[in-house]
Amino acid sequence: MERLNRVRKQAVGFATLACAALIAARTSADNLQSMMQDDRQWVMPAKNYANTRFSGLKQINAGNAGQLRLAWSFSVGSNHGQEAAPIIIGDTMYVVGAYPNELFALDATTGDLKWKYSPRVDPSSQGEACCDVVNRGEVYDNGRIFYNTLDDHTVAVDAKTGREVWATKLGEITRGETLTMAPLAVKGKILVGNSGGEMGVRGWVTAVNESDGKIAWRAYNVGPDKDVLIGPRFHPYYKDAQGKDLGVNTWPPGRWQIGGAPVWGWLSYDPQSNLVFYGSGNPGPWNSNERPGDNKWSSTIFARDADTGEAVWADQIGPHDLWDYDEINENVLIDLPINGQTKHVLVHPGRDGYMFVIDRGTGQIYSADKYDTVTSTTNFDLKKGRPVPVNALTPQVGKNISGVCPASPGAKDWQPVAWSPVTHLLYIPHQHLCMDFKTSEVGYIAGTPYVGATVSMYAGPGGYRGEYAAWDILKRKKVWALKENFPVWSGTMVTAGNIAVYGTMDRWFKVVDARNGTLLYQFHAPSGFVGQPVTYQGKDGSQYIAMLSGVGGWAGAIANSEIDPRVRNGALGYTGAVGDLPAYTSGGSSLLVFSLPPGKANAH
Amino acid sequence: MRQRGNAENFAILLGAFAIALPMVLAAVPAHAGVLRVCADPNNLPFSNSRGEGFENKIATLAARDFGYGLEYAFALQNARFIKHTLGAGKCDVIIGVPADLDEVATTEAYYASTYVFLSRKADNLRIERFTDPRLKTLTIGVHLIGDESTPPTLALAREGIVDNVRGYMIDGDFSKPDPPARLIEAVADRDIDVAAVWGPFGGYFSAKSRIPLLMTPVHGAAAFAPLRFSFPIAMGVRKTDAVLRARLNNFITKERTAIRKILVDYRVPLVDMPGGVHG
Repeated sequence: MERLNRVRKQAVGFATLACAALIAARTSADNLQSMMQDDRQWVMPAKNYANTRFSGLKQINAGNAGQLRLAWSFSVGSNHGQEAAPIIIGDTMYVVGAYPNELFALDATTGDLKWKYSPRVDPSSQGEACCDVVNRGEVYDNGRIFYNTLDDHTVAVDAKTGREVWATKLGEITRGETLTMAPLAVKGKILVGNSGGEMGVRGWVTAVNESDGKIAWRAYNVGPDKDVLIGPRFHPYYKDAQGKDLGVNTWPPGRWQIGGAPVWGWLSYDPQSNLVFYGSGNPGPWNSNERPGDNKWSSTIFARDADTGEAVWADQIGPHDLWDYDEINENVLIDLPINGQTKHVLVHPGRDGYMFVIDRGTGQIYSADKYDTVTSTTNFDLKKGRPVPVNALTPQVGKNISGVCPASPGAKDWQPVAWSPVTHLLYIPHQHLCMDFKTSEVGYIAGTPYVGATVSMYAGPGGYRGEYAAWDILKRKKVWALKENFPVWSGTMVTAGNIAVYGTMDRWFKVVDARNGTLLYQFHAPSGFVGQPVTYQGKDGSQYIAMLSGVGGWAGAIANSEIDPRVRNGALGYTGAVGDLPAYTSGGSSLLVFSLPPGKANAH
Repeated sequence: MRQRGNAENFAILLGAFAIALPMVLAAVPAHAGVLRVCADPNNLPFSNSRGEGFENKIATLAARDFGYGLEYAFALQNARFIKHTLGAGKCDVIIGVPADLDEVATTEAYYASTYVFLSRKADNLRIERFTDPRLKTLTIGVHLIGDESTPPTLALAREGIVDNVRGYMIDGDFSKPDPPARLIEAVADRDIDVAAVWGPFGGYFSAKSRIPLLMTPVHGAAAFAPLRFSFPIAMGVRKTDAVLRARLNNFITKERTAIRKILVDYRVPLVDMPGGVHG
């Protein structure tokens, strides 16, 4: 009896503690959630948990955007691909540069430097990053800034002082792992995923406690169910995702251990269902003949419980990937009228060239429409939840295959879209590339010669390499599109003032009319753009638009001297497609901030 | 005496190139007097930081021949090795690379080796071809290289042999000696029946094995073209280092017998080189 009492007492104690913890976590989530809705700030790269990158600000609008001018600028000091989004918390802007990943706090209105945080990043991590040493941004929660450094650390920095609170090592450089993605702050945890699908890593997403930097849970994307956190709550919609240990059984024995499927793109979060959504990367190795089977859970969209990481559903939209189509692209959470009912969906612009509309609760795919040239598959079978491959293009050793569209970077890569509830359009910065596959090039690792695959990419039909498109999700078609000479490797944003913003690799910062694509303003920047535009209101009441200029990334590494342009298959085949980029731009590291001239704010 | 002779030759060579190739001239003299070798610190039989590999021995021989000192820039020989050693100017020569490697300027090939099958001698398997039907049921081990593939992995995949193939990471656990050796040890440990492995690993580690192993070179390569199982090996320098390349070619021609002896000492399985030159 005594013993029972004690047990009960303990149980009560735990329950109270758990409750207190819940309340604390809840407050912080609500706080961050309300900050996301305050359009004067931009508190995370994707603007909000739904990843819409939409701001209600309209001081700068389609009527006056032509009068924009550079308000101030700042150098983050390292000429690599600048893919990060600055974030704005109150009056302070935070921005992280490419390797060595310095974090800067600036007065968001004047551009004055408040502090700088310089992590000690292991220089050898540079050698592990497949596609330039980028960083995609930082997040804020509870008075701290959280971000990842290339050498596999997640760091927490005091937002006021710039002092490091904790740094947690989450991966191993020697295993080919790096961290390049922007984490997500959810209910007191920081969610992080690894990069290195080209290096034979095993992909994961990990939740780290905001308070102490300790790992709360880790979910692998390949391996047995217990590692993938597949348990009783897992109810996949499609038959091919049902079964035990598919992360092992859909691979040749043991091959899942280097199966790839990393998480280097975007996470979104639905507070109503408490689910986190993300896509996993491609399987490894690249040669698909060595890994017969679906190779689960590579190129898969996962829904997981935000508190525990448990998988709730999974759609493998790229089973047995042949072409390096990571499906790490963002999932935009919106509500849509479908068949007369309001459906809670996620919109996933796939690497494979299909625009997926998927039920957030069940994983059912409502539609999958081509939004660029696709020759690698004929169509997407909505009943089976799988693409229908073109057998003539199946890679075989020694067989040269040409005319595969989209090329490996996909119709769209990491560069995130924006969704406007005003125009009801999705704004898609993307590439338009096809490729040839050859197995010929000799390689040599640890004293061992081998013959590797050579990929050569080139402009798709029409001779252009990029496009900025507006897509009507309900009508399931492209409404307008602006052709660009180079892949559009920057992210985008859209506002209630009906302006949409993006940057080109050949150095143009562009503001277009969100309704019809009319160019309203452009600025010739120091270097090409691979960053993410954001907008906010300064303490002077002016609206600002900020974006990093500094070409690089997989697409642009050729212009920041990482790669010899004579090597056509450099940068995993990308060099051939953008070999002329150095004629337009060099590397850079400038943050550019635009606003209207004083007194012009309300001119419509 | 010998040292001065070489230095004189070098000066003459430099003079000859000074007009035609000023870039080359700029690249070389900074390290004249020292042979700076890019090598893996933990990868026998090729090299290690204690100088115990056959590439260490060949480098020592070359340095002595030039009358030079010898320095190493050690780095894990992974996919970024060339870029971060030779490419970064930390060293000037890689002692062993495939003779047709695009990333570097290669000397003449000084040996050629082949992929081999290794099995326990007691099992008397004598496998020579990837088309051998017994490979469909035996457990076979291969090296895995990040996102690329060794020729045996591809040949087996082409024969539909996948489920009974075990992969061993070539850059495995770097804290243990010679990570690639795990594949050969797995044969002795009966974890696998056959290893299909690059010859220099096979020869060296099977000779050291605690139980006797049988090594047979891969035959029947033609059926798998364009896959290849034998590769001529040369030294690699930066594409701008024509002078050093010429000197190394002289060394290879002059010391062919001594180099061959080193390779044989390390049990490297040697095969004929294309063009009839014997290693």
